[in-house]
Amino acid sequence: MAIDILIAEDEPSILESLDFILRRAGYSIRSVTDGDAVLDAVRRMAPRLLLLDVMLPRRSGFDILKQIRADVELRDLPVLILTAKGQQQDRRTADELGADGFVTKPYANADVVGAVRQLLGRQGGTA
Amino acid sequence: MLSADFVIATAVGYVGLLFVLAFFGDRRARSNKRSFLHSPAVYTLSISVYCTSWTFYGAVGNAARSGLEFLTIYLGPTLVFVGWWFLLRRLVRISHNQRITSLADLLSSRFGKSNRLAVLVTCIAVIGIAPYIALQLKAVTSSIQTVAGASEFGQGSLAGIDDVGLAFGVAAAMAVFTILFGTRHVDAKEQHHGVVAAIAFEAIVKLTALVAVGVFVVYTGGGLEGIFSGAAELGVGEQPQDTFDSRWLTTLGLSIAAIVCLPRQFQVTVVENSDENHLRVASWAFPGYMLVMSLFILPIAMFGLTVMPAGSNPDMFALTLPMAFGQDALALFAFIGGFSSATSMIILESIALSIMVSNHIVMPLVLRFSTGRRSGDGQGVSHSLLVARRFSIVLILSLGFFYFFFTRDSDALAPIGLISFTAIAQFFPAVLAALFWRDASLQAATAAIAAGFVVWVWCSFLPSFESVSPQVAMLLHSGPWGIMWLRPEALFGLDWLDPLSHAAFWSLSINVVTLTVVSLLTSQSSLERIQATLFVDVFRRGHVAQGNFVRGSATANDLFFVAERVLGERRAAALFETAAREIGVAPDQLEPTSEFIGKLERELAGSIGAASAHVMLSKVVSGSDVSLEEVMQMVDETQQVIEYSQQLEKTSAELRSTAQKLEDANVQLRELDSQKDEFLSQVSHEVRTPMTSIRSFSEILLEPEGIDEAQRHHFVSTIHQESLRLTKLLDEILDLSALERGERAWDNVPIDAEDALNRALRVCEALLRQRGMQVELGERAGVTMVEGDADRLCQVFINLVSNAVKYNDAEHPVVRVVSSLKAGNYVVEIADNGPGIPKGERTLIFEKFSRGEHGASDQTGAGLGLAISRQIVARMNGTLELVPGPLPGACFRVRLAIIR
Repeated sequence: MAIDILIAEDEPSILESLDFILRRAGYSIRSVTDGDAVLDAVRRMAPRLLLLDVMLPRRSGFDILKQIRADVELRDLPVLILTAKGQQQDRRTADELGADGFVTKPYANADVVGAVRQLLGRQGGTA
Repeated sequence: MLSADFVIATAVGYVGLLFVLAFFGDRRARSNKRSFLHSPAVYTLSISVYCTSWTFYGAVGNAARSGLEFLTIYLGPTLVFVGWWFLLRRLVRISHNQRITSLADLLSSRFGKSNRLAVLVTCIAVIGIAPYIALQLKAVTSSIQTVAGASEFGQGSLAGIDDVGLAFGVAAAMAVFTILFGTRHVDAKEQHHGVVAAIAFEAIVKLTALVAVGVFVVYTGGGLEGIFSGAAELGVGEQPQDTFDSRWLTTLGLSIAAIVCLPRQFQVTVVENSDENHLRVASWAFPGYMLVMSLFILPIAMFGLTVMPAGSNPDMFALTLPMAFGQDALALFAFIGGFSSATSMIILESIALSIMVSNHIVMPLVLRFSTGRRSGDGQGVSHSLLVARRFSIVLILSLGFFYFFFTRDSDALAPIGLISFTAIAQFFPAVLAALFWRDASLQAATAAIAAGFVVWVWCSFLPSFESVSPQVAMLLHSGPWGIMWLRPEALFGLDWLDPLSHAAFWSLSINVVTLTVVSLLTSQSSLERIQATLFVDVFRRGHVAQGNFVRGSATANDLFFVAERVLGERRAAALFETAAREIGVAPDQLEPTSEFIGKLERELAGSIGAASAHVMLSKVVSGSDVSLEEVMQMVDETQQVIEYSQQLEKTSAELRSTAQKLEDANVQLRELDSQKDEFLSQVSHEVRTPMTSIRSFSEILLEPEGIDEAQRHHFVSTIHQESLRLTKLLDEILDLSALERGERAWDNVPIDAEDALNRALRVCEALLRQRGMQVELGERAGVTMVEGDADRLCQVFINLVSNAVKYNDAEHPVVRVVSSLKAGNYVVEIADNGPGIPKGERTLIFEKFSRGEHGASDQTGAGLGLAISRQIVARMNGTLELVPGPLPGACFRVRLAIIR
């Protein structure tokens, strides 16, 4: 069964908060904490959106995004970049690599939900 | 029998011939540089001026009286020319480089261009040579009387003239002759080619004459065997047992000194030398000449003693033997031979001495009293030099004559010559020191020569007046004021040596001791040091241009004016044109560089001596009267400037190195700055992570719909934990920052390290229990005192043990802790069987915010722990490092010095 959002985030407490607010907004959620496991999980779960942290163990979010955009099957997947390094340089890198949105930690919960809704439409896919 | 007038006419005619020879020799030498006059043969023949009438007549007399002793006089020079060739070459090289004009000039130049020393040497030479000149006068006088005066019809113009009058006549004639010969030019360095040519001719004449007499004697006497057996029958002849006494050694030594130091020998061997290679030929040819010269001396003496009536003067055997056998022509030839040997000596000796007198005594006086450099006509100095030289020649011959006058009653020739040899030998130690001993000083040379001279006057010169002065005879017998140990021939009670050896021993011993001791006690002036180096290192340094002058206000015109006065207009102009051509400018645009002035000084030195040339140019170059002392001061100031500039160079090198250090520091600062940016960026990330959780969960809790009580509690406790994490992070950052600045928030005091380790293990027990792990305790050190802070050391151990626990993902995780004492150190090793640290990260592991690849997902550390631990241990003067451990995982080792 297809899901709405795959969250790639290694900080347990942040993952927990994202999981809570997005579920409450009506989306189905899966998560992955290891950078190397992200691409495999995307192929396996076919989410409608990837919420991708930049600072992941073993493989950086930007690296993963680059591979997604280079992959014929995955290149159209909407990706929302999540980063604690809120500098201009990161935002520019995300744009260049073809990210669909950009959220800076610490974020307002409403901003995350808003950005997801903009990409997936107002209602949850299955909802 | 020959008539006196005929003999005198022959002598005058012979002198005339010599004069013509000299005149054409001069012209030939000037027009043709490669003339035979520049040949080694002529050079060698001119050196044989050493063989005077002392040889011609005196040696025969000497042989008749003392056997083979006369040979030592020729053995000494032979040793010098064959064995000490290098000494002569050194003398010649130095004299060419420095344009040396005489022995006095040589010593003066070497010892700081001191004119005082030159004056001393000149005076001693003039006085010391007087007996030698007297010897020649006596020989010529005796020979004229012998060949002419004895005949009843031969008195002629000599009638009524005693030997004193005759000697005076000879001296006067010699003076005129020498003046005509030797003082036509001013420049001593112009080398008296004409005179040398005449001297060389005379050398051939005297050798031929003596050999002719010798051959005649051998022929007449029935061969050598006949002569010696005849002599033996009569009981005359050599007494070998008497020949090897102290006199032998003394005369040998004195003749060695004389061949180098006699003014005329220095003149022909060194000053007149035109090519160093001529010495090579002379080194064998001159000894050969002396060998031939002395070959027939013993036969003549023996034959004379055999056939001549008892009481005949053996000095005159060379004349009386042919006459006794009626060979008047041979006798006349022998007379001319003897006359030759005397005239050549007198001419050269007085030329050499007159150069010394005029350059070192007259010239400085002229310079001192000349009123400013613009006075006088252009030939002023040149003219006064000529007058001075002529006057000197008259003076020298007068002294010789007076000595002859006062000592005319002693009959032997050879002892008179040895008195002069002893005087001249006083220069020898100083000459050797000048050439080979860098530390010999001016004061030492002056004192040594003066002391030696005084002893010579007392022990040798004074006693020679014994026969004419009862006071001197008295002095010899009982000493001055009756002080026996001051008797001139038994000084300090030394009465078993013959008078000659006695005088030579004391004068030279005192001379050498004075030279050595004073040199060691005194220091040299800078000019002395410069000259000493130029002399002693002459072969190492080659020709070194001297630039002792600082260019002052002198124009080329001023310098030309001076040069013209000394050298004459033609030579001065030639000199300036050459110099201008060398640097490629017109003569009127010649700039007086210090090189040019140095060159000019050497040219002038050839005319007026080194010291005078230096003072004279100083006057012009600086535009005022400058003494040597002032010039030396200038040299000293120059040295100061050089030292100052060396200091500046040193300072600027220091500045360069400082600039380099600043640049390095700047690079370091940039590096630190970029590290700071990196640090801030990492801190920002580490702070944002807990901040993100806290903000997100607070917002969730602000909209509490759909949250049950359990969830609410969970969210609040997460917020609490993240706040604690944030606080801990900030504490660690501040802690590390202080540690990295080198600050230490504790005092290092003696603590028990084992106690700190035990405390850390107790703190970690809970964590271990939570993971189901146990610490394996290995060997333990027991109570061990180290310098540090117990809490901080405990913190380090906690950090290491908890890392070992937290990162350990083994199936049966183990932590092993061992402590021990090794080489004065307390060593703790904390090892685990976890994943270990990959090779590439082993140095990174101690960096800030480094958590390694296997960072467990539930780790809340910011990666500052190891960095802080390492800093803490370092502040306790210990080390924390990652080492290969006993288990598969990582092993950290803490090492701290044990205190006693």
